[in-house]
Amino acid sequence: MISPISPALQVRNLTMIFPAEREGLVALQDLSFSLAAQEFVCVLGPSGSGKTTLLRLLAGLLHPTSGEVVFSTNGNGQRAPRIGFVFQQANMMPWRTVLENITLPLELQGTPKEEAIQKAEELVALVGLQGFEHNWPRDLSGGMAQRVALARALIHDPDLLLLDEPFGSLDALTRDQMGAELLRIWQARRKTVLMVTHSISEALLLSDRVLVFTPRPGRVRLDLKVDLPRPRQEEIRYTSRFTELSRRLRRSIG
Amino acid sequence: MQTIQRINPCEEIKLAPPGGWRARLLRFLNQNGRWVVLFSLLLAVALWDTVARLLNLPAFILPRPLQVAERLARALQDGSLIRHSAFTLLEVLLGLFAGSLTATVLGYFLARFHFLDRLLSPYLVASQAIPVVAIAPLLVIWFGSGIFSKILICSLIVFFPVLVNTVVGLRAVPENLRDLMRSLRATPWQMLRYLELPAALPVLLGGLRIGATLSVIGAVVGEFVGSDIGLGFLVNVARGQYDTALVFVAVFTLIAMALSLYGLVILLEKRLLAWQKCSGGF
Repeated sequence: MISPISPALQVRNLTMIFPAEREGLVALQDLSFSLAAQEFVCVLGPSGSGKTTLLRLLAGLLHPTSGEVVFSTNGNGQRAPRIGFVFQQANMMPWRTVLENITLPLELQGTPKEEAIQKAEELVALVGLQGFEHNWPRDLSGGMAQRVALARALIHDPDLLLLDEPFGSLDALTRDQMGAELLRIWQARRKTVLMVTHSISEALLLSDRVLVFTPRPGRVRLDLKVDLPRPRQEEIRYTSRFTELSRRLRRSIG
Repeated sequence: MQTIQRINPCEEIKLAPPGGWRARLLRFLNQNGRWVVLFSLLLAVALWDTVARLLNLPAFILPRPLQVAERLARALQDGSLIRHSAFTLLEVLLGLFAGSLTATVLGYFLARFHFLDRLLSPYLVASQAIPVVAIAPLLVIWFGSGIFSKILICSLIVFFPVLVNTVVGLRAVPENLRDLMRSLRATPWQMLRYLELPAALPVLLGGLRIGATLSVIGAVVGEFVGSDIGLGFLVNVARGQYDTALVFVAVFTLIAMALSLYGLVILLEKRLLAWQKCSGGF
């Protein structure tokens, strides 16, 4: 089935088999799905179901054994898709200040400096880091560093934002807080997002759809539409619909 | 919005100061590093003078500090010390520059292409088994006793430590930052400029620090073998004339030169690596 709105991204029959040194591990097999423009999709699944492999394939860090990934940007002109990637670790460059870390993607694109700085300052405000622009990354806590990573992933207006358990290394309280922050930030800057997470409530709070993966090799077991109204607030976690969807996801993961 | 707390790892945790005169003396010494250095220098000179006087040695075997100071004043007055020092310094700097530049460029390719590493490493390591002193005469025979052979000797001696540090530094660039750059479709040149060079810079500067002092040794070796100018030449001439005080003057000038270069690299580190450490030092 092809969705009526033109998809921002189509994954077609993607298979990833790692070379023999890694025991010919089949990470993904015949995986297909599509993402609509500005859709927020979460991927849930047991450890080792190829979720991170999928993100790395989409970012072009790995090449698939077979199958393809088609971006809608290939339509007019053959522009390579722009990717924003937030990793499990913040991956700051320690020799760059907070602001300089955020402007990095624009510098690589050759954007004029003043423009890059102006855009970075807007994002600093959006992620709530005013006053820390000129600090070194070593001065930041884990939650703050992930805010910087998020700002850096958004600055070059990516066609696809990939989030690989971005809050996985944070403590539970900071994690909930960052989930709510991400909701607010995404509602301000709508992007096509694919996020890997282990938290059912995080997935439901944020996404339009949740894909549940099977254990290795990874395939889509359940494609659940999250019909919670938008704009959402954190309180939506306590509604009965939220609980119901949450139960369905929990059962599906098994 | 959460309250964000500043974390500053540079701030030392202050413990309650322990009492007692010994603890207080230790604290005084720790806080007045400069004076301690000056004091130790004065102590060394005094010791030297005492030994020279007690043993009652002639000046051509062990001159007293005052005699060396007088010789220094004379060498400064007739301009010979400046002339010889300037020449040696030029050799040292050009050799350091040429040696570290070639080592950094070659190191980049060795770190990037493993086959090149396997191809060249045996020769590079074997070349280190040859003492520079042993091949310096050959270089002077081939390239003359002018400045070029000295620069070559300096660069040879500087080359290896800088090369090793370049390879080690570039290999240690974190893989997750490489992933970040790749996801942003960085070109190899951008990879070098935005990631590899800054990430390897601390180790690169460490190599330069070692290279700076080695370069001084290289210059002296070259001048010993064949030259008519420079501090190494001066040592040779003064020794021949039993002007031991002048030998001391030349040796101290060389030490001062090596220390200044070392200090310059440290200054450079403090400027460029402000993000890294809270405070520098030896």
